[in-house]
Order: sequence, then structure tokens, then C-alpha cells
Amino acid sequence: MMKNLLEFMGVEPDRIHFSWISSAESTKFVEVVNKITAKVKAIGPNQRFVKQAAKVA
Amino acid sequence: MSTYTDTMRETARRLLQECKVELVIGFRRGSRPMMNEPCLVRKPEDADQLVWDSNCGINLANYLTNRKEKIGIFAKGCDSRNIVTHILENKVQRDQLTVIGVPCLGMIDKRKIAAATEGEILEVTENGDTITVKTAAGEKQFAKAEVMQQNCSVCTHRNPVIHDEMIADPVPEQTDVDPYADVAAIDAMDLEERWAYFDDLLDPCIRCYACRNACPLCYCPTCFVDESKPQWVGKGQDAMDVRTFHFLRAYHCAGRCTDCGACERACPVGINMRLLTKKLNKDCKELYDWEAGLSLDKRPALDSYQANDPENFIK
Repeated sequence: MMKNLLEFMGVEPDRIHFSWISSAESTKFVEVVNKITAKVKAIGPNQRFVKQAAKVA
Repeated sequence: MSTYTDTMRETARRLLQECKVELVIGFRRGSRPMMNEPCLVRKPEDADQLVWDSNCGINLANYLTNRKEKIGIFAKGCDSRNIVTHILENKVQRDQLTVIGVPCLGMIDKRKIAAATEGEILEVTENGDTITVKTAAGEKQFAKAEVMQQNCSVCTHRNPVIHDEMIADPVPEQTDVDPYADVAAIDAMDLEERWAYFDDLLDPCIRCYACRNACPLCYCPTCFVDESKPQWVGKGQDAMDVRTFHFLRAYHCAGRCTDCGACERACPVGINMRLLTKKLNKDCKELYDWEAGLSLDKRPALDSYQANDPENFIK
């Protein structure tokens, strides 16, 4: 539901991922991390929900 | 609905005289037209303050939180659902309450009336489905359906879900309305449009937290926005902080919101933040077949585990 609401507000579906990995599932962990990094790289740097630092003159 | 007033005064007087309750929570006339205010009646002779008309949109369940007295409370459909939620969340006990059910035909939206009239509004009266607005410039009449709050016009629970007494016979429920049409319209947009839509929607927010204070669900002793150790979200009007506030506040209401409209009604700048809670209501209905506050016997959707809970978001 949280992911749905974020997407409803315009956050890219590939930006946020959920997974359930046991401490014994090291291979699954690597797989998931690789998949996520590939997907996130594909959509590029996040522009949304980013707070710009105050500009100091 | 203004015909309820006399019965309400009698009921409140009787309950107080019989010492069944220590106080009755209802509405009295506010200092300005269309601004009825909640009132707590403790003496039988004060029961004549009570009124009822189409300007009682505030959710009275908000005034029950953590009270220990025996309480009589007037409850529209939405109020009664929030009372159920309060009982489920142990914010008040069922046996403390005498719920006086008020079948509701919808509340009027003061902004729609203000937008459709000119000059200061001096008096608003209603007779059945006709609303008469007296301004400095003259008199204007509206059909109630034209000026109703949006959540009321798509409401499907007008009659109280729990009650010990009823003020009048139940009203027919609306069946031919689509409560989630506005959510579907946003779902149909692409991501860019949605992001821009919410930028526009939330832009006027001044972070006054009136929406939070009017909401019966927002009873945390310290709200996450007020905490400073750690500070979860910035306190200024930075667009991202505003968005974070609205996003998280809505999410805290997931599976609990009854779309009573108190938040939007309380907002001084008229932001329809109900879109966010409605999206969650829609998801709750679709994913868990859950609508908040309909039964005292069922645990809320996000509070219980079922083997068939959707989990396709987990990779």
C-alpha cells in the first residue's frame, strides 16, 4: 500500500523495492541487489522527494 | 435535517437527567454562518444549545479520545465508523458510550457557497433540499446537491453503523455513486503528471496542521511532525517537507480513514488532501476487502495477518 501511494504521488515504480531474504540466503541477496541496482540505474538519479540544500549566497 | 434539533435536545436532556451520561457531545451554533461548533453539554438545562443542520461536518469522534466519563454522542454515519475505530483502538470503551445515531443526508461545503455568492454571507438557512443564502448583496437559493461536500455526495454509509438510540428513521443509502472516481482520474495520469498534480495541490499548504487536529485518527500524543529528536521531517514550507508531511499523515490513516472530510473542511486554504487517504481506502477495499469502522468484531486490515494477503510487491 505504501508503494502504491508513492506511485500515486508520482514516484517511479522501479524506485522502491521490497524483498524478504533470510540471513542464510546469500545468493538471493546478491541477485536481488544486482536486480535493484540495474533497475534503479536504468531510471537514473532520483529527482523526487529530494530536498535541495538551502542556497547560501 | 434541521428538524432533528428538537428531538436531539430532548434526548440529551433525558440522558443527562437520568444520569445515564455525564456529558453529551453535539453541535451548537457557531459565531459565523455555516460554522457550527462542537459542544459538550454537561447539564440538562444546557441541552437547548444543541442544534443540527447541514453544517455539522466536523467529526465528533475526535472529542472521545482517552475520555473516561460516560458519554452521549451524536453520530452521523462517518462519526459512528470513527467511533468503532476508536473502540477497536482502545481509545474509548463501548460501555462508556451512548451513541445517538443521526441519519445524515450530507453536509454543505462552505467554500462552494462562498464561491457562488458575492459579499459577506450573513445567514444560511435550509428547508429540505433548498439552501437559502443571505448576503449583503441579496438572497440566493441553491439545491443542496449542488453545494454538498464532495465526500458526502459519494458517501455510501449515511446511517450510523452502531447506535443505542436513533434520532430519526434511517435514510436510504446511495448506491449509484462511484466513491473513487477522483482517485481513478489520477491513476490514469502518467508519473510526471501525477507528480506535478500533487505539487500544485499541496503548494498552498501553510503547515498549520488543522487537517491533523480535525482528524479523529490523529490522536498521537506527539505527532511525528512535532518531534525533534529525531526530527523526521523539516518544519518549514519546503515543497518536499510539505509533501512528506501529507504523505506520511495519510499513510498513518491507512485502513482507518472513513473519508468523513473533516481534514479538508478544516483546511484554511482548501487543499483536498483526502485524495491521498482515499487512494489508501481504495487499495484497502481492493486488496483486503476492508472498509474502516463497519464492525466491532473484525480487526482492521493492517492489524491482522491472513494467509492470502497480497504479497506480489515482495520480490
